[in-house]
Amino acid sequence: MAPQLTGADVARLAELAALDLPAADRDAFARQLSDIVAHAAVVRQVDTSSVEAAAAAELASPIAPIARADTPTPSLDRAAALASAPEADAAAGLMRVPRVR
Amino acid sequence: MDTRAATAIEIGDAIRRGDVTAERVVGDALTRVAEANPDLHAFITVEADRALARARALDRATTRAGALYGVPVAVKDTICVRDMRTTAGSRLLADYRPPYDATAITRLEAAGAVIIGKTNCDEFAMGSSTEHSAFGPSRNPWDRSRTPGGSSGGSAAAVAAGLVPVALGSDTGGSIRQPAAFCGVVGMRPTYGAVSRHGLIAFASSLDQVGPIARTVADCALVQDVIAGADPHDATCDPAPRVSCRRDLAADARGLRIGVPRHLLDAGVEREVRTGLDAALEALARDGAEIDTIELPHSAHAVPVYALLATAEASSNLARYDGVRYGRRAAADTLDSMYARTRTEGFGPEVTRRILLGTYVLSAGDQADLYRKAQQVRALIRRDFERALDGRHAIALPTSPTRAFPLGDRVADPLRMYLSDILTVAPALAGLPAISVPAGLSAANGADQMGRGRLPVGVQLVGRAHNDATVYRLAAAIERHTPRG
Repeated sequence: MAPQLTGADVARLAELAALDLPAADRDAFARQLSDIVAHAAVVRQVDTSSVEAAAAAELASPIAPIARADTPTPSLDRAAALASAPEADAAAGLMRVPRVR
Repeated sequence: MDTRAATAIEIGDAIRRGDVTAERVVGDALTRVAEANPDLHAFITVEADRALARARALDRATTRAGALYGVPVAVKDTICVRDMRTTAGSRLLADYRPPYDATAITRLEAAGAVIIGKTNCDEFAMGSSTEHSAFGPSRNPWDRSRTPGGSSGGSAAAVAAGLVPVALGSDTGGSIRQPAAFCGVVGMRPTYGAVSRHGLIAFASSLDQVGPIARTVADCALVQDVIAGADPHDATCDPAPRVSCRRDLAADARGLRIGVPRHLLDAGVEREVRTGLDAALEALARDGAEIDTIELPHSAHAVPVYALLATAEASSNLARYDGVRYGRRAAADTLDSMYARTRTEGFGPEVTRRILLGTYVLSAGDQADLYRKAQQVRALIRRDFERALDGRHAIALPTSPTRAFPLGDRVADPLRMYLSDILTVAPALAGLPAISVPAGLSAANGADQMGRGRLPVGVQLVGRAHNDATVYRLAAAIERHTPRG
């Protein structure tokens, strides 16, 4: 029996995802997500006994990550990085944001 | 020279020989774009001055080397080009100018290519029609009331309309192959790890791949050869020595064995698409291939698996859009409200939906088993393909169950839109190379109840991992025997 997501569920997810959704949108998303989750939950019925022992890392990616030599190399120029910021103090080499609270 | 009809290979040869200038070729392309783009909306950004300046510099150079010398190229707007507006189809990045080039771009330019602009796409590559672009949809050159497909719809439309000979796209669950099919061009999703993802704006990192779109198989293979290969900036990019994608283009299909998963053709595949597949299979048989029937038992679960895994990865990848370092920033008094307002104002509804779904999949609760279960079913899907490809060189199936659908047809029904990817997501989950190649145009005939005109049909070939050259070989065989519309 697939769970039905409510507007309150969507509000909780929005908070986790740093989204600020109006109440009307939450209900609409709840309906759409319920449909999609009901469709996707069918994966629970698949017999996966033959792969259950596989490690999570093996399942996650088609290939194993490749390492390079641990030698420092030049990275993105600081001025170029700061140039993209909506608000930056180039002299201080910092990006400015509102206070935390 | 007819610079509109010429292939990238022909253009590169002609410019290197001095038969035509890069400035002329690029200028012609820009003229065509200026005429067609207001209607097609294939491009979000065109940088004419920059492209012409580069073309003139290429003409002045005393040595001319590079397989794509002077060739005008369009680049999907999820791929970073230094100082060229790169939006990912999103309001959130509407004015973003990357401070670096994607590796694929560095390599294209080292081969002499001229990037003339950035093409339209669904926002953050999430969509199958370009209707989720924050800048409006693109139109299919074959029928402007229809979508060119997505998410690389702008790139496919630009190539199909003859604006440029080649373009770059990206494919996560079908975003190169499906638009290529809808627009009657060739589009290749390389083996996962063949092409660096450095500079590709991330959607789902275990699935994303950069790949070529072109009017001919040979042009696609050339572009992939240029952009592929080891890259220390991408830990998932395979460093092993590569076989050229063009190695076997002239070879026929004798000795090659192809499996067809006929059980996947049962529901929802248009008659015209089946006819296209049959025509392509006949072409392969005439070229010497042996064809039989196979089963991919877990492919029925590919869309749910993709919906769970791709959205989980996307919710993580899109956490970086917070207004701090780049992109749009909303006005706010506190940091938390800056994050939330920036993201809420910046993301469209489809991206918001996928972030919410991905967050659901990854959060604690009764559904927490779904992610691991989806990973396990992904392993089973991969195993199905490995078994089918043991003793065979490729699998052939349609690219999409339907031809290009009308704009507005599915955008209000997210689940129906996701299901249109049903034939492309499974090879992506398996990390395999997969190409869409035109199988001809559906005939205009009175028996077509929908009254549609001639629309392209694409057929898909899926190969063994790192055997992209064999996929191209078979695609070339289909191309040889298929009349061009």
